[in-house]
Parts: sequence; structure tokens; C-alpha cells
Amino acid sequence: MKLPSLRDVATEARLLLIGIPVFLWTMIPIYHMFLFAISPKEDAFSGKLWPDHPTLHNFEIVFKQQHYFLRDFYVQFWNSTLIAASVGALTLVIATAAAFSISRLKVPGGRAVLNLALFTYFIPAAFLAVPMYRTMGNYGLLNNHWSLILAMVTIASPYAIWVLKQASDKLPVELDEAAVMDGATTLQIFRLVYVPLMMPSLVAIGTYAVLLAWNEYLYAFLLLSNDREITLPVALGNFLAADDSPWELLMTTGFIYALPPAAVYYAFRRYMVGGLTAGAVKS
Amino acid sequence: MAITLSGDQAIPGPPLSSRLTPAQVWGIILLAPYLLVFLAFVVYPVCYGLWLARAPSNYVALYNDPIFARAAINTLIFLVIGINIKMLIALFLSGFFAQQRPWIRWLSVIFILPWAVPSIPTILSVRFMLNPEWGVINHLIFSFTGDDGPNWLNDPTVALSMAIGVHIWKSLPFWTLILITGRLAIPHDLFEAAEVDGASWWQKFRYITWPSMQTLYVTCTLLSMIWTLGDFNSVYLLTGGGPADLTHVLATLGIRYLRLDQLSLAMASIVCAMPFVLPLVYFMMKRLSR
Repeated sequence: MKLPSLRDVATEARLLLIGIPVFLWTMIPIYHMFLFAISPKEDAFSGKLWPDHPTLHNFEIVFKQQHYFLRDFYVQFWNSTLIAASVGALTLVIATAAAFSISRLKVPGGRAVLNLALFTYFIPAAFLAVPMYRTMGNYGLLNNHWSLILAMVTIASPYAIWVLKQASDKLPVELDEAAVMDGATTLQIFRLVYVPLMMPSLVAIGTYAVLLAWNEYLYAFLLLSNDREITLPVALGNFLAADDSPWELLMTTGFIYALPPAAVYYAFRRYMVGGLTAGAVKS
Repeated sequence: MAITLSGDQAIPGPPLSSRLTPAQVWGIILLAPYLLVFLAFVVYPVCYGLWLARAPSNYVALYNDPIFARAAINTLIFLVIGINIKMLIALFLSGFFAQQRPWIRWLSVIFILPWAVPSIPTILSVRFMLNPEWGVINHLIFSFTGDDGPNWLNDPTVALSMAIGVHIWKSLPFWTLILITGRLAIPHDLFEAAEVDGASWWQKFRYITWPSMQTLYVTCTLLSMIWTLGDFNSVYLLTGGGPADLTHVLATLGIRYLRLDQLSLAMASIVCAMPFVLPLVYFMMKRLSR
């Protein structure tokens, strides 16, 4: 075995000198959340770095809905799930159709639509929220899940169309031509040629839309208010309204709520990193 | 209608429908859902909002509201200081993560977490860490120095810095990832040649890395500026705009007016940001649609 040279050791030490703070910086808020989740109330507030008596009691309270704030935990969890899934599905349908139309069918005016979509992508989300809130009121959709679903589809679609259009442009045009020769109709090309080839990008975009909707706080908090209609993040925000917020339960619920996106992200990481970063900034 | 763009408008021809190929008809049908969403949830709200904010008295009221001036300044601090710090760290870390080491690859998998998990529980976790009485940070300060730590969120300057810190924590992974992609695209033999010539790391950065990444870096910075303007969570969930409404940024201020049922003021405060936002958007669209 070759011994590492002094220079290698020095390089490694320098890298660790960066790596350790990066690790701590990333993990501390997340660890702190986890720590609260496994601590009895007294330990949580004592500032200890590890509880004397770690417990799963908080999870039990959450899962059995044994606290005033958690009365509707399952309903709210279900709301979050349903809304995220709907946003993912609707965004995929709308954006795939649009990308196919612009990139493959070269529909007249497609370029203009793409620019409009790009423009929406650049409107800061909190700025659009103000007029959107009022508009949802005008449409009579406030407090209805559709308001949040449609708002999130509006926000997710532009980026989805953009990424999918970039990916479609890379598919060779001969594929479509060959299918036309074989007598395929436009819809058949879409279903049998286009969608299967676009699968990796579709997975990335679907994941992106689902995570966006699952993690959304501002729009959910503006558009939904009824306790049985709200999503989990809004419920978490409502914990804060009390003077003596049950922080250990807040963190436990937050931890449970943060697990699905982390799991989804890691499951689809391969697709996400390639698919999404490529579209975010063209270098 | 956009369809006429393809036809020759000067010459009267058969009705539109027969001039379009079936593929084009399908193209229009497939594009329609997005156009409907765009019209209903972007065009209509924006026009309606602008119409609500049209009276000059709104702008006078904003001008006279000290909270608005403070929010505008805070937004600028966020953009100028916060984003530059964030992007410089991202640039630095992209170099770190581009090193090929198994443990660095593992770290990069963990490093992405703040971006992947929802803001609300993590930002609230930071908020509790900063609690002057029960927070872990002041506990640690007390156990090391025997003194009470500062009341982190009670001083507007400190509170705003903490909000910037939270914003950096949340969005640093994404930008680092993008910059890593940019770094990996630089041909490796350039570095090998520089190595042979005995270049220092700074010379390699100055003459190879930076020139190839400059455009990407500037684009990322501008894009990050636009998105940071829309970052409601970092400020709202950490400070709620307090103490005494001194840490608002334009994103939270608009929502604050909205909650106070002053929709025209909310819209007006957003309109005020437009002279700043629109040039950025224009520049980004030009760069991306090339």
C-alpha cells in the first residue's frame, strides 16, 4: 500500500475544513427539528443536544390526533396529498400537450406562447399571489381545493413547458416523419412515439410539480382557511397563533410532513438533477 | 387570432379552417389548455390588479407609509448583500463539490436537503433555535460564557440578517448545483495544461474557471434576484415582518396589506417594484430564448 504523501494529507485536511462546516450548516436546522420530535417537552426546552429520554411519544400524539391543533391531521395530510397529486397530473397534461404542440407540431404562434410562459416563470411568486387571491375570490373558488390546484398549476406549467420543450427539440424529427409515413395520426404520434420517448423528462417534471405543490405555503395560506380544507403547512402555520404553541408537536408534525418530499426527491434524484438544472439556466 | 400569422393576410383565401393542416389544428387544441390557464390566472389577475392600483392616491399613501420605505430598503439589502453573499458561496462550494471524493459525493447528497424539504418546518426550527429564552443557541452561549445571549429577532438589523441567513440556507444548494454543472462543462485539459505550467489555484480560477463561468454566474445572479423578490417564507416565517413591522420586504408587505384588506395598496406596492423587475425579466427572457 502506498502511503499518502504529505501534500495529499494537506489537501484532504483543507477539504475537510470546508466539508465539516458545510455539513453542520446544512444539518443543524433539520437535526434540531428531529431533536424536538423525539424529545419530551421538558427536554426540548432545555437546550440539550440529545434528550435524556428520547421517546416516540410525540409521534403517537400526532398519529392519534391527541391535541387540539391536530384534530384534523389526517384530513389535512390527505388534502396535501390530493392537491399535490392533482397539481402533478394536471401540470403534466397541460405542459406535455403544449410542449408537443410547440416543438413537434410547430403550431403557429407557439413561440409567442413559449415567451408568455417564460414571462410567467419570472413573475415573483409572492407578487402574483396578491392579484391571484382576489381573482380566486371573483371566480368563487376561495376555500375550495381547486383554487390552490389551479394556482399551483399556473405556477408550475411555465417551467414545465420550458423544460419539456427543450427536451422535445432534442428528439430527431425523423421519428415523427417515419410515423406519418406509416399512417399514424397526430394523436397516435403523441401517444405512441412522443410520450414514451419523453418519459425521463416527464418524471422529472411530474416530481417537480408534486414537490412544488406539497411544499407550498403562501398560496395555500391565502387561498384556504377552513380547518378541514387547509393543507398541512397551513395547519403548521396556525400552530404559531397560540401563545403557548406546542413546539415539540409542531416540529414532530413538520418532520412527518418533510419526509415525503425528501423521499420523493431521493427516489427521483437521477431524473431531477439532469432534467431540471438543464432547463433552469441555459449556459 | 394567432393563426393568421401563418397565412398570407393580403390575399383573400379559403376559410381559415381549410388552410390549416390537421396537425396544426391539433397543435392549437393541445396548446389551448395552457392558454386558458394563462388567460384566467395570469392575464386577468394582473390586469385586474393593475386596475385596482390605478389611483395615484395609492402611491401617495404608500409614500407616506414608513413601513413601505423600510420594506423597500430591506428588499434592496436582501438583493444586494444577501444574493451576492449567496452566489459567492455557491461559486466557492461548486469548486469544493466538483472534487472527486466519495465522502464529498455523500456530502453533496445531504447538502441538497434544505432545498428538497418544505420551508415551513425548517424555518420554524431556526426560529425556535433563535428564541432568547429556550432556544438552543442562547443555551449554548449561556453555558460557555455565563451571559445571556442576544434577543436575536428583537433587533430589526439582526432579525433581517437572520432572515437573509435562512434564505441562503434554503436556496444555496440549488445554485451550487447549477454552478457545479457549469464547472463540470469546462474542458479538463485546460486545467491539466495549467498544472504543467505550474499555475497556482488562484491563477487557474482567474484565467480558466472564471472566464468560462462568468456568463452563467451573472445569469444565475439575476435569476436569483427575481426569485428572491418573491421569497415570502424566509421573512414571514422567521420574523413575521416584526419587530414593529421593521423587517418586511416587498413580498411580505404586499401580503400584509392584503390581510389588512387594503388590496389596492398591496397591488400598488408591487407595482412600485416593477421598474426594477421588468428590466431583469426582459434581460432574462432575451438570454433564455436565444
